[in-house]
Amino acid sequence: MSAEAHAHPDAHTGHDDHHHHEESFVSKYIFSMDHKVISRQFLITAVIMATLAMGMSFLFRLQLAWPGEHFAIINFILGDKWGKDGIMAPEMYMALVTIHGTIMVFMVLTAGLSGTFSNLLIPYQVGARDMASGFLNMLSYWFFFLSSVFMLAGFACETGAASGGWTVYPPLSALPQAMDGSKLGMTMWLVSMSLFIVSSLLAGLNYIVTILNLRTKGMSMTRLPLTIWAFFVTAVLGVLSFPVLFSAALLLISDRSLGTSFYLSDIYIGGQALEQTGGSPILYEHLFWFLGHPEVYIILLPALGITSEVISVNARKPIFGYRAMIGSIMAIGFLSFIVWGHHMFITGMNPFLGSVFVFTTLLIAIPSAVKAFNYITTLWKGNIRYTPAMLFAIGLVSTFISGGLTGIILADSALDIPIHDNYFVVAHFHIVMGVSAILGMLAGVYHWYPKLFLRHMNKKLGYIHFWGTFISAYGVFFPMHFLGLAGVPRRYYSNSAFPMFDNLVDINVFITCFAMLAALVQLVFLFNFFYSMFRGPKSEQNPWGANTLEWTTPMAHTHGNWPGKLPTVYRWPYDYSKPGKPQDFCPQTVPLEEGEIDGGGH
Amino acid sequence: MIKILVYVAIILAIFAIGYVVRVYELATSLKGKKQHEVTDSDNRMMGKIMLTFLVVFFAFVIWNLESFGPKMLPESASEHGVGLDWLFNFNMTILFFVFTITHIFLFYFAYKYYGRTGNTATYFPHNNKLEMIWTVIPAIVLAVIIIFGLKAWNTITAPASDNAIVIQLYSQQFQWTARYSGTDNKLGDSNYKLITDTNPLGMDDNDNKGDDDIIVKNEFHIPLGKEVEFKLNSRDVIHSAYMPHFRAQMNCVPGMTTMMHFTPRITTQQMRDKLNNQKFDYILLCNKICGVSHYNMQMTIIVDTEIDYKVWLHAQATHKSQVNASAAKPVAAK
Repeated sequence: MSAEAHAHPDAHTGHDDHHHHEESFVSKYIFSMDHKVISRQFLITAVIMATLAMGMSFLFRLQLAWPGEHFAIINFILGDKWGKDGIMAPEMYMALVTIHGTIMVFMVLTAGLSGTFSNLLIPYQVGARDMASGFLNMLSYWFFFLSSVFMLAGFACETGAASGGWTVYPPLSALPQAMDGSKLGMTMWLVSMSLFIVSSLLAGLNYIVTILNLRTKGMSMTRLPLTIWAFFVTAVLGVLSFPVLFSAALLLISDRSLGTSFYLSDIYIGGQALEQTGGSPILYEHLFWFLGHPEVYIILLPALGITSEVISVNARKPIFGYRAMIGSIMAIGFLSFIVWGHHMFITGMNPFLGSVFVFTTLLIAIPSAVKAFNYITTLWKGNIRYTPAMLFAIGLVSTFISGGLTGIILADSALDIPIHDNYFVVAHFHIVMGVSAILGMLAGVYHWYPKLFLRHMNKKLGYIHFWGTFISAYGVFFPMHFLGLAGVPRRYYSNSAFPMFDNLVDINVFITCFAMLAALVQLVFLFNFFYSMFRGPKSEQNPWGANTLEWTTPMAHTHGNWPGKLPTVYRWPYDYSKPGKPQDFCPQTVPLEEGEIDGGGH
Repeated sequence: MIKILVYVAIILAIFAIGYVVRVYELATSLKGKKQHEVTDSDNRMMGKIMLTFLVVFFAFVIWNLESFGPKMLPESASEHGVGLDWLFNFNMTILFFVFTITHIFLFYFAYKYYGRTGNTATYFPHNNKLEMIWTVIPAIVLAVIIIFGLKAWNTITAPASDNAIVIQLYSQQFQWTARYSGTDNKLGDSNYKLITDTNPLGMDDNDNKGDDDIIVKNEFHIPLGKEVEFKLNSRDVIHSAYMPHFRAQMNCVPGMTTMMHFTPRITTQQMRDKLNNQKFDYILLCNKICGVSHYNMQMTIIVDTEIDYKVWLHAQATHKSQVNASAAKPVAAK
């Protein structure tokens, strides 16, 4: 599949024909099929959802640090039903934990991250006029939007939102008798997730097709920036694994509404024995984690891709080990499909099967280690320019290492037994997946803000935002390891029922203080983000001196991206500070000189 | 009214910040600076903060270890747990070493190579030897970790010995019930369809194996130095039997029986003396979200010496005697 074959000269003129159409507000900003607009739609929706989900965590952190204390703000926000006298109801606590997790994992770090940057960067960086199908792309946003609305609408249900944790294991989630959160709120959750999966599939297929078929002349696969490689493997993972979650959700819907027993057997609840026999909740766990684990990399890979690009551009050095980076992205992607069982070591799964999953899971540490070492080596002897984006990228490398290392403990089935499902796990996945991916996403926002909104964000506020976020992220999640090692289970409304946890109150207060700091610092970001959209200084065409194709387009939102012909690519994207060049960067559109070797060859 | 005032205050605050930033930006543009461009002094400052962060971060980690470390679980009360704790510390030592080395390199490079105008970065796109080294070394270290881990896993999950004491742990929203298998060391049959208020475990009275079973709530006893095998069941949703002091955990799944086993090595009284806390008790918690009172689903575990255990067990009524007792005082009691 040579890239040359895909440069269609007629496609250019075809686009130019309707280039100057006057578009109505609705078709330009609402039902737009332009990848740049859709990217902004995803980003703004994700920022709003992230703010809400962080607000939820702020509320339940108050409860965890000071259980039983009266907070006016809890009554103010939750009302008398869920926050009577300023004390959060246990039902509300569980709903908040569940929806916080679901929104963060799916709405923010899957749709928000891939939706924003895959949409923005794939056509730009492969040199295409737009996505392969603008229409599917538009649909993918609106399915996502609907899904977000349904997810939040759970809180409007009289019986409350879904509250079985973001993994919604049956039978708890399948039986309305089991708790209020499994009534209408759970239906909303399932509807929301079904819409979300549709959105994700439409988007993923589009990304794959665009990357494979719409690369401009000269853009071979080994000249793609690592961002595109990461988005590509991410999309493949999504397309292969989300349908499995869809099947899990369908069977769950069927068990809830049609009286089937895929996941149910031998249950006595609410004073009666249920008819259902023969099913098994373990089936759900397998289906869920068959998505659930690739999902972790669906979240993380785009963040790592963005980091590769940002670190290389700002260290003014080629990313170290480009081909090894591609190899490790693919290895991580492949392995992510055969490790899901490490979420199920203590479900009663055959211990031998457990051993297999230990082996495959720990294998992932090798490509991950290669990535981390390559980032660090990229910094070595660089000439590092500290844009806010660069700070966030370095922050990601740190959290990726410290969160990844505790994963080695959790992947070791024997060591997992005493810490499974407790705060050690919460600490681990928040650092390695939550914080890392958020830092990567923010690096992307600061770095490509000029392409998104044609303006710059305020640098000083960016510095404050980074240090505040980074320090408070460790302040929140590092001490959580110790809660886990003290045996505190996750998803407990309060630890006060157990005298053995009494001496841990101060850790929880400590964590909540940092959580409040983190929330406060995000206000700085929100302000900077929305203010700069209208008032930020206008950006020049290539403000960071970067090599990739998006910076060869004019600083304007032109339909079709390049006003004239599509650019031709002659070199890999990482020729920074290459000896013998007049500048410390050399865009991909600059032809190779006589005898010059491409792709980092000497 | 207060709500409205709060909203108004928030909106005003946002506008105020907006104007402060605007004024600041106008002031910098008057000085002819492009405020978004990163200057050498920015780079120097960020580089120094990176180095400072490295130091502060490690101070923070050490402070965490010192002040929160002692709050971790006491030494393992089960025999296999001693090995697990050793393995945990072994792995953690390796990981902490990697963590330290990588962070020192990361933040030191971030400081050392902060950008200066006129400097040029070194063009260093790849080096096969280096890459080979840091692929092979992690692979070797991981192989060691895997081998030790699987050895421990295989020992822990091997079937319990035949003379292990069999106890059923039965979970339901939101309580635990323990059923001892009695003198025959065999649990009587049960069926969820037989569950009633007086037969909460759904025991099948036609099965003689159940006659000597003993059902207890609130607390259960296990003997020191004897292997105990737990058979776990759930009546309604998934629960997880979590005994952190024994480094033991297994899910209770409706529709199937799961198992775990261990040998206690420290009695409750010994542990109380060790911890200097006469109120201390081993606890069984639920560690899988199971509903609204998930956070308060517990049962006390008492590890006795073998003699005390036998005395305690002997004092408990068998299932048969309970059935007979309730049959003896029928309707009149209601």
